[in-house]
Amino acid sequence: MNDPRPHPRGGLGARKKERIDSLARAGARRDDAPDTEVASAGTVDDRAGVSLVASAWRRLRRNVVFLAGATIVVLFVILALVAPLVAPHDPSAGLLLSQVRQQTNPIPGPQPGFPLGGDQAGRDLLSRLLVGSRQTLYVGVFATLGGLIGGLTLGTLAGAFGGWIDSLVMRVVDVMLSIPSLLMAFSIAAIAARPSQWTVILAIAIVQVPIFARLLRGSMLAQRHSDHVLAARALGVKPAPIVFRHMLPNALGPVIVQATLVVATAIIDAAALSFLGLGNPDDRVPEWGQMLGAAQTYLAGYPHLAFYPAACIIVVALGFTLMGESLREALDPKSRR
Amino acid sequence: MSTAASPPDRRHPTAPADGPAVHDPAAAGRSDATGPLLSVRNLTVRFRRQGEEDFVAVDDVSFDVRAGQTVGLVGESGCGKSVTSLAIMGLLPKRGNTVTGRVDFEGIDLLSLSPRQLRDRRGRDIAMIFQDPLSSLNPVVPIGVQVSEVIERHVGLSRAKARPQARELLSKVGIPDPDRRLSEYPHQLSGGMRQRALIAMALACRPRLLIADEPTTALDVTIQAQILALLKELVQDSGTALVMITHDLGVVAGLCDRVNVLYGGRIVERADRHELFATPRHPYTNGLLASIPRLDAPRGQRLSPVPGSVADNIPWDHACAFAPRCDRPVAACREVTPELVTDEAAPSAPGGLPRALRCHHPVEPGQESR
Amino acid sequence: MARYIVRRLIQMVGVVLVLSVLLFAWLRSLPGGPVSALLGERATPETRAALEAELGLDQPLWMQYVKFLSRAASGNFGPSTGVLPGTDALKIFLDRLPATIELSLFAMIIAVALAIPLGYLAARRRGSALDTSSIVVSLIGVAVPVFFLAFLLKYVFAIELHWLPVSGRQSGGLDATRVTGFFVLDGLITREWDAALDALAHLVLPAVALATIPFAVIFRITRASVLEVLDEDYVRTAEAKGLTNRVIRGRHVLRNAMLPVVTTIGLQIGALLAGAVLTERVFSFGGIGEALALSFEQRDYAVLQVLILAAAAIYVLVNLIVDVLYAVIDPRVRTR
Repeated sequence: MNDPRPHPRGGLGARKKERIDSLARAGARRDDAPDTEVASAGTVDDRAGVSLVASAWRRLRRNVVFLAGATIVVLFVILALVAPLVAPHDPSAGLLLSQVRQQTNPIPGPQPGFPLGGDQAGRDLLSRLLVGSRQTLYVGVFATLGGLIGGLTLGTLAGAFGGWIDSLVMRVVDVMLSIPSLLMAFSIAAIAARPSQWTVILAIAIVQVPIFARLLRGSMLAQRHSDHVLAARALGVKPAPIVFRHMLPNALGPVIVQATLVVATAIIDAAALSFLGLGNPDDRVPEWGQMLGAAQTYLAGYPHLAFYPAACIIVVALGFTLMGESLREALDPKSRR
Repeated sequence: MSTAASPPDRRHPTAPADGPAVHDPAAAGRSDATGPLLSVRNLTVRFRRQGEEDFVAVDDVSFDVRAGQTVGLVGESGCGKSVTSLAIMGLLPKRGNTVTGRVDFEGIDLLSLSPRQLRDRRGRDIAMIFQDPLSSLNPVVPIGVQVSEVIERHVGLSRAKARPQARELLSKVGIPDPDRRLSEYPHQLSGGMRQRALIAMALACRPRLLIADEPTTALDVTIQAQILALLKELVQDSGTALVMITHDLGVVAGLCDRVNVLYGGRIVERADRHELFATPRHPYTNGLLASIPRLDAPRGQRLSPVPGSVADNIPWDHACAFAPRCDRPVAACREVTPELVTDEAAPSAPGGLPRALRCHHPVEPGQESR
Repeated sequence: MARYIVRRLIQMVGVVLVLSVLLFAWLRSLPGGPVSALLGERATPETRAALEAELGLDQPLWMQYVKFLSRAASGNFGPSTGVLPGTDALKIFLDRLPATIELSLFAMIIAVALAIPLGYLAARRRGSALDTSSIVVSLIGVAVPVFFLAFLLKYVFAIELHWLPVSGRQSGGLDATRVTGFFVLDGLITREWDAALDALAHLVLPAVALATIPFAVIFRITRASVLEVLDEDYVRTAEAKGLTNRVIRGRHVLRNAMLPVVTTIGLQIGALLAGAVLTERVFSFGGIGEALALSFEQRDYAVLQVLILAAAAIYVLVNLIVDVLYAVIDPRVRTR
């Protein structure tokens, strides 16, 4: 009833939008979530006034799920950084090409120096898996960043100024949300005249823009009427500092959660794009999704070719998901008990 | 029913409750038939905390409620009054806490009953109304169903047969146009109407005991008065005993026959309403009374709130929990746990029940801060 | 209520209009422009010129858009260039639609039938082994690429174990009568039990693969929603009334907890459509998902146009139905 959102309910996928909005509000509730529950239970609260971020971190430190996710993510990032140094061979050199026979034996098996064997072009599979982490990280991070920047711009515009800017931006966002997101990514990738790693990243990033935009706008709107913003306005603080110093930081919680989860979906979606032939056709620099997509042809005889990159993707996606979900729980004022 | 029924290990010789108090020799011979309707003895509720000591929310609380009597449990938030009521109803979470002591209702210890037996009594013999009427009503079920489901459950009527009764109840609690309201949803009612509907649900099966947990806190002041008047009227008409849980001494003044003041999970003072207001003995009670704004106070006189908050509590072992906030502490307050004893020094109405007090340095009659 | 539905329908028309603008823009931005897109790269200059004149590419942009709209409204998206060369794109869509509906429905039934009871139990027994293991399964469920899971299922249960058919919707040797295009339903209507059973066997693996993500999402939302409702004051009120467990569970917990779940089920239709593209491709299932996958691979833009517009329309329509359904079960929306 006391809903601070002036945007009328309706339009398609109204519920999808509301879900995103409520997530935004949950994160913005920072200033009115003192430790009343703890105090009313009569306990002596020696940490009164701890900010949401600090208290979230305190609980995350002991959270097994978060630690597991974070460990996977950290190991993945380290691997991506050092992979070219530890890879036994050049991942793009067809060292075993002489063993590849189109008819009899398209995939070279494991042999000394090549513990996992080669791929369809005679390249060392282990080296490709190791080095592939780097491109995979790029895809995940850049697609997320792209979506974040686009969403940040639109959402900040809409949420900070309201009025017709808000209406216009949100109409566009609503229509974008009305297309199933993965289908939209497929369609965007299909436009590309010359598909490359960047068209893959772009296609995935664009799909994330409306989600981030809605998240930010919801959080901003909730705050526009909150006391700390009203106070700043009453003190004569100019609009820009209010938005960037007072509103944006409070909106970041749910955005960080969403971004963490998006890295996982971006990596999985990139694999799906490659599977449909919409990925990067240049496979000299390996990427896990692309390796998995390419392996489908050889699945019946050589399932290991698909299994290794798939396992890598699953573990890394799981890592980001675990981290994101436990972050979400930690940042939700409702679950502070 | 005597204090002998309570576990012998408790420090009970000086822990009286109304009625069969240790200083009342006649109590020993009393039978259950004439005893109190509800008799809470040494009720203790502990919450388990991770990596910390248990938190004792309700600590050795004993009090009685007689048929038709209105008893107040008064204290600020966190003093254990709500937990007490939930423990009596058996509504505390199933995990994470332990409840000890006795809660005798018509001679049967509710704490010893199986969940099923307790379920049969809840809503029929003992009912409860809660603080926030909006969140206490199911948003997607019509008011009529929420009222009649109690009757269906405990009287065994069909939905169709229970509906006229539900209608009757709604009009009895002063809801206009009850026929229409029956098929409406909580969000379509005003705050006062919602609380009236909750009261109708609670009284649907004519319970002998009603527990009201801050029933007016979430309402506008004008509505508060209406709801209190309604409660008073209904309780008097039906002879239902009422346990009124509140932080508001104004509510106590208008409604309660007998008052238990709680602090830090323990009862610190007990008296009939009139005596309590006339001569508060515990500094906490005194402070609460002094913090009520009075129209007859001289202009410019400051309100004197009780300083500090519950967070300043110290544990009851080897001290008085209220000592850090007390305006008249003595050395003993920091060293010896005060016991709840019959307060002989306090003026008591002729024929009234004895008062009880837990204080090393009580306020003397005439010294009340006003 | 009627006014609510009308209002939502009007909104839906607006959305579809904006979608058509987007699709128009999309078509214009295709490599080689709409003509190459419609005719493919191998078209002769004559046919190109003829189509250019027909499309009126020399006319102002708004005229082109109106033309595009009227063509789209009459279902004329041109012939397929890759999936089934020469066939009208709309016909391809209509022929293949029943297969995808059948598959999605089956997948959704699997997901819902597992996720809701499991979500409820996990919430009631929070922290138990059942709770923890269901959460782990649901987290892994979203981390596994759908098409890889489909591969895995196919490899294990069809190729290695031979328990279930490898691909398609019906075994080749069966001469089944076609009535509705829904193969299982056809078999039941015509009492060709072997055909119905055979079609069902073909459905199992793709449906399970397709069901994973909706299962994971619905499970988690059910669990979270039940947990939240169990904490609500009105559940305590119901307990205080001494109601039986059955009434508390059904009327007070589940009825409220199902509200967000219904919404989520609607939203998962989008995930199903996208998942169908991948799953149907793996199992050569012959639905619109496979057609989409093929048209992506072969850049068959005529088919792509129809399928994407249709997918968006289906998604919008399903969410409209879900929102109306929501209004039916949530009086706070209905009686406003």
